[in-house]
Amino acid sequence: MAYNLKKEMEKEERFHPGHRLCAGCGAGIVCRAMTRALNPEDRAVICNATGCLEVSSFQYPYTAWEDSYIHTAFENASATASGVEAAYRFKKKKGLIKEDEHVKILAIGGDGGTYDIGFQSLSGAFERGHDYTYFCYDNNAYMNTGTQRSSATPRFTSATTTPAGIESVGKKQNQKNLTEIMVAHGSPYVAQTTMFLNMKDFHEKAHKAIYTEGPTFVNVLTPCPRGWQYPAQDLQKICKLAIDTCVWPIYEVVEGEYHLTYEPKKKLPVEEFMKTQGRFAHCFKSGNEWTIEAAQEYVDKKWEELLAKCI
Amino acid sequence: MSIRERLSGNEAVATAMRQINPDVFAMFPITPSTEIPQYFAQYVADGKVDTEFICVESEHSSLSACLGAEAAGCRAVTATSSAGLSYMNEVLYVAASSRLPVVLAVACRALTGPININHDYSDSMAERDSGFIQIYAENNQEVYDNYLMAHRIAEHESVRLPLMVCEDGFITSHAIENIELEEDDKVKAFVGEYNPENYLLKKENPLAVGPYGISPYYMEARVAQAQAMKNAKKVILDVADDFYNTFGRRYSFFEAYKMEDAEIAMVIMGSSAGTAKVAVDKLREAGVKAGLVKIRVFRPFPSEELCEVLSNCKAVACMDKSEGFSAAGGPLFAETAGAVINAANRPKLIDIIYGLGGRDFTVYAANSVFERLQEIVKTGDVGEVYTHLGQRER
Repeated sequence: MAYNLKKEMEKEERFHPGHRLCAGCGAGIVCRAMTRALNPEDRAVICNATGCLEVSSFQYPYTAWEDSYIHTAFENASATASGVEAAYRFKKKKGLIKEDEHVKILAIGGDGGTYDIGFQSLSGAFERGHDYTYFCYDNNAYMNTGTQRSSATPRFTSATTTPAGIESVGKKQNQKNLTEIMVAHGSPYVAQTTMFLNMKDFHEKAHKAIYTEGPTFVNVLTPCPRGWQYPAQDLQKICKLAIDTCVWPIYEVVEGEYHLTYEPKKKLPVEEFMKTQGRFAHCFKSGNEWTIEAAQEYVDKKWEELLAKCI
Repeated sequence: MSIRERLSGNEAVATAMRQINPDVFAMFPITPSTEIPQYFAQYVADGKVDTEFICVESEHSSLSACLGAEAAGCRAVTATSSAGLSYMNEVLYVAASSRLPVVLAVACRALTGPININHDYSDSMAERDSGFIQIYAENNQEVYDNYLMAHRIAEHESVRLPLMVCEDGFITSHAIENIELEEDDKVKAFVGEYNPENYLLKKENPLAVGPYGISPYYMEARVAQAQAMKNAKKVILDVADDFYNTFGRRYSFFEAYKMEDAEIAMVIMGSSAGTAKVAVDKLREAGVKAGLVKIRVFRPFPSEELCEVLSNCKAVACMDKSEGFSAAGGPLFAETAGAVINAANRPKLIDIIYGLGGRDFTVYAANSVFERLQEIVKTGDVGEVYTHLGQRER
């Protein structure tokens, strides 16, 4: 059936309002869209890494989650999910959960809990082949502790541990390409998406990931108004610029085959994305023009590499 | 009928696990506990158990996976030693505070540095405040028996705390001894099924585990956890009683060996107790009123009971097989001192740090400790309270 946002929004909400995420936070939108992608008759267990989302969505005695939820620590969402999935397999095997009853195991973490401290357990769980889907809400830094750089932070970002200054133009390194690393694990389904237009791309990828057997990965660029320094209402605009500048290419890898799922009609210059956010403000100061050129060069190179892989 | 066998401590633990047939086992290898999952992997390969056996990429993940499985309504187990236990540290606390009764077999081994694979309690003692119940064993029979009792204690509704079954690395884990095994069906009947009231996979009622607990709630959660550890004392004794009635071997918080009229005594743990008992016997033959208390349950610590059994002694040596680096003595000493502090006639107390990194502990060494205690009784002078035993002088 064709995607219809209005119809999707009529589904019963599985991530409820009243959570304590900031106004305009992308993570809440990710959670709503992720759980909307579940078939309504299926249950889920959400395994969440420590971070903004965890402290905001399950503050005792309230939970925003309709489904079962577990948080244990920062670096082990995938290991915890492995245990939940093993338990699910055990209970299925023993007939304690009926054959036609489905529980989907979802893990979710920010880029800190996924690219960095949670990477070992993520990699281990993918190698072992647990049937679960990992959603990374990549907001490009450690936002829960106040915008410290992570390995997902783009070069030239002024983060609180890589501040711009007389001797600094922000973070020195390009971000780790985690999506490619997850493809290299041999996962049957890996995708990159973000929140744009009517959320069709997100929804379809989330649904495919959840309903593909084995470990699957969805990397979601998730703007953070506080960390990126832009007005809270501009989320969709920022996401659209990220994909139209090819800073965040929108694609999926199905059984190793690359498919571009969004190609900008007109590829915009990277500075169109950068100039909307305070974290790159220093790049536009006199004498720092080279940073924008370097950022453009990097994005172009990566975009060409990706296009070459796509069918 | 029990079955007479010859098994190492690790085999005994693996055998108990096979008999219990846990739902999930998440493993990561480390010396000297590795054999436990190795034996178990063969049981899986031979179809002797129904367990979901997962080989994860670290101890941090093995315990994390156990947490996920327990929260999802399954009985989950793992095993580790030394650095592996240290690597689990963060998750140990989460297991206890989430009230997930994972059973963890620990073949106790020294912590690095220098790196050393032999026995002492620096790994398990470093985790004494993690919220795990800790039960120690003198020999292979005790490891096996402790394991059979572990799940019932941990999973009891008034407890719901994770539990470490501790054995001495190599000394117990690898040495082969005569052992009495119980029959599979009797073990299964004794241990029973794990049926938690609420769990993640329960259809009727979703569950949320591991909240952010802000100041108005955090302390209540911790007090409830502390109460559970207190409750564990009664449950440990009740399960031990049932174990005695079922299998005929008697256990308590500790073994008081020749303590009825003892004037000097040693508080000790694990396999060293066997060695020290020989020294006690020899002293008794010579008319010296020596005794020994072998601590079996270190968490919850049996303070009141220990105080009672030590209150008639004149001098007591605490034998610590781990250095706490407090510059004032090891953990067993601190606990024992705390236990007797309010006794009207409390004994003089000294602390001996011994056996680190597998340094041998002999009857001769045990005897030298009793000689010191005799000297303390004679002179009334404690001398140096905290000393090391068995190291070379240069």
